[in-house]
Amino acid sequence: MRREPPQRLADYAPLAFPAGMLIVFFVIPFATMIAVSFFEREQGGFYQPAFVWDNYARFISLFFGKVLGFSLFLAIAVAIACVVIGIPFTYLLSRTKRKLQVLWLVALLSILSLSEVMIGFAWSTLFSRTAGITNLFTALGLMAEPQALTPSFGAVMTAMTYQALPYTVLVLYPALVRLDPTLTEAARTLGASPVRAFFTVVVPALRNTILATLIMVFIFALGSYLLPQLLGRPQHWTLSVLITDQAIYQSNMPFAAAMAVFLVLVSLALVGLAVYAGRQKEAV
Amino acid sequence: MSGLILNNVTKQFGTFTAVKDVNLTVPDGTFVCLLGPSGCGKTTLMRMIAGLDLPTKGSITLGGEDITEVPTHKRNLGMVFQSLALFPHLTVGENIAYALRIRGMPKADQQKRVDELLAMIDLAGFSDRSVNKLSGGQRQRVAIARALAISPKLFLLDEPLSALDAKLREAMQVELRQLQQQLGITTIVVTHDQREAMTMADTVVVMNGGKIRQAAAPVDIYRRPADSFVADFIGSTNLIPFSADGNGRAIILGEPVEGLALGGVNSGTISVRPEDIQITAPESGSIPGKVSFVRDLGGTVETFIEAGGQQIVAVSAPRTRPDVTVGQTVGIRLDPLTSVVLTR
Repeated sequence: MRREPPQRLADYAPLAFPAGMLIVFFVIPFATMIAVSFFEREQGGFYQPAFVWDNYARFISLFFGKVLGFSLFLAIAVAIACVVIGIPFTYLLSRTKRKLQVLWLVALLSILSLSEVMIGFAWSTLFSRTAGITNLFTALGLMAEPQALTPSFGAVMTAMTYQALPYTVLVLYPALVRLDPTLTEAARTLGASPVRAFFTVVVPALRNTILATLIMVFIFALGSYLLPQLLGRPQHWTLSVLITDQAIYQSNMPFAAAMAVFLVLVSLALVGLAVYAGRQKEAV
Repeated sequence: MSGLILNNVTKQFGTFTAVKDVNLTVPDGTFVCLLGPSGCGKTTLMRMIAGLDLPTKGSITLGGEDITEVPTHKRNLGMVFQSLALFPHLTVGENIAYALRIRGMPKADQQKRVDELLAMIDLAGFSDRSVNKLSGGQRQRVAIARALAISPKLFLLDEPLSALDAKLREAMQVELRQLQQQLGITTIVVTHDQREAMTMADTVVVMNGGKIRQAAAPVDIYRRPADSFVADFIGSTNLIPFSADGNGRAIILGEPVEGLALGGVNSGTISVRPEDIQITAPESGSIPGKVSFVRDLGGTVETFIEAGGQQIVAVSAPRTRPDVTVGQTVGIRLDPLTSVVLTR
């Protein structure tokens, strides 16, 4: 089918609605946030228009640097955990019977209907000393006595991975279903064991999909602020927690805005780097 | 015992029997074609030889060694898939070297072997190309080279040429046969194209309904089909019912015909190839019929004749074409020596 580029102004009309929504609900708020990040805070009040770099300057400190570093580390760790768990799972799922696949996908989709609050409290109960899974381990004789697994970094990681895994599977699923199953069979006839075939054929053939999934989960995890607070110690709090704290409890909108803008820039830079690295490898 | 031996191989998928009690011996260095309509079990049989499916019953022996339960990656074979299954993330050279890399061959030796194989398939210098940028025929050759990289004992091809256009396919058939003879490698090809099977194979194995109907040399399959399925599937034929008159003659379409080796049966079917049917004037000793259609294809002429309520097709070369017109009454003569009596 030949597609002609739009000829007249009226041809662009169908674009008007989405473009308008995007401007009203994304471009304007984002521009406002950038503007506010340069404003001056008014003690006891809100803020007044200005053009100062103070908010950014205040951010350049060891404390905020550490928080930013931890946020990025957490998001990357969750992204990697999701992909490492998600690929073998989705690969095996895509090789099962159609009915079973649908059942699993529906179950995964139903996780998406749970709010972050419910996931957080469910895991904090599961990780608690009084009612948690360690009681089960004790009953099975794996542990001497029940203990609390939260607050800890592991608890934050677990809950965030749990929350992001359905998205991971849903992004990987179409690519894995479309992957020619004879590719692995060919690898096996050429002498690769099933595990070797998986790592030398399935994973590299899906490199772009894996990269896209990593980026998606990374961005998703970067915005998380409830789970670190529910399941982690203060040192496990992300930049998003501090932004919320500044914006809502300290009423320091300009500083919160500056942190948010900085976070967006850093994540954009990382995503750009990942895409660039992917392209470089493809060119070789 | 050398060669590949299949012993009572059966494969069931649930209640469906895809392959039933197949016995087949493939001597070393021969070229065998598994031929049959789709769903006849030929691909399943090949997948069991490759180890991609396990037989429900029976055993498979290769070079005297029972490989029935040996996993695919330890069988040291080469296989070309219908989809070719070239690895899209690897270059031509990396695809061909895959089996060598898996076996831990040093890089330099790998490159040497790849160059050798690329020269063999007339793609020297293509090593660093992406497989996604090759033509259909080139991809085909790369898949063949990749399967042959380790010089396997057994070379399997599943409908290897089905994606190519007709002209290229014919050329590749000849090339593949020449390559096989040059390497002396035991080769099994699955195909539904009888021309392909006739061109390449030492032995054609005709399958239907999960069973082997006949396994023989191509000419024997054509000249002496074992049953009406084989006769009808290989080339075109006239299947005509007959009954014996008790004096050694067969009554065919109401006329007695002498000289057929009936083998003591009272009735059955004979298979007569269209090129073995002679059209004469309506004289005694011939079967009378009426010309219903003449198809002149330039290279051959097909004459359709209504005789005894059945349609008979005769093929002749343009030079010996019978001088007949539609509606004319003619006589048909069957050559008793080339007519085959089918008892099942």
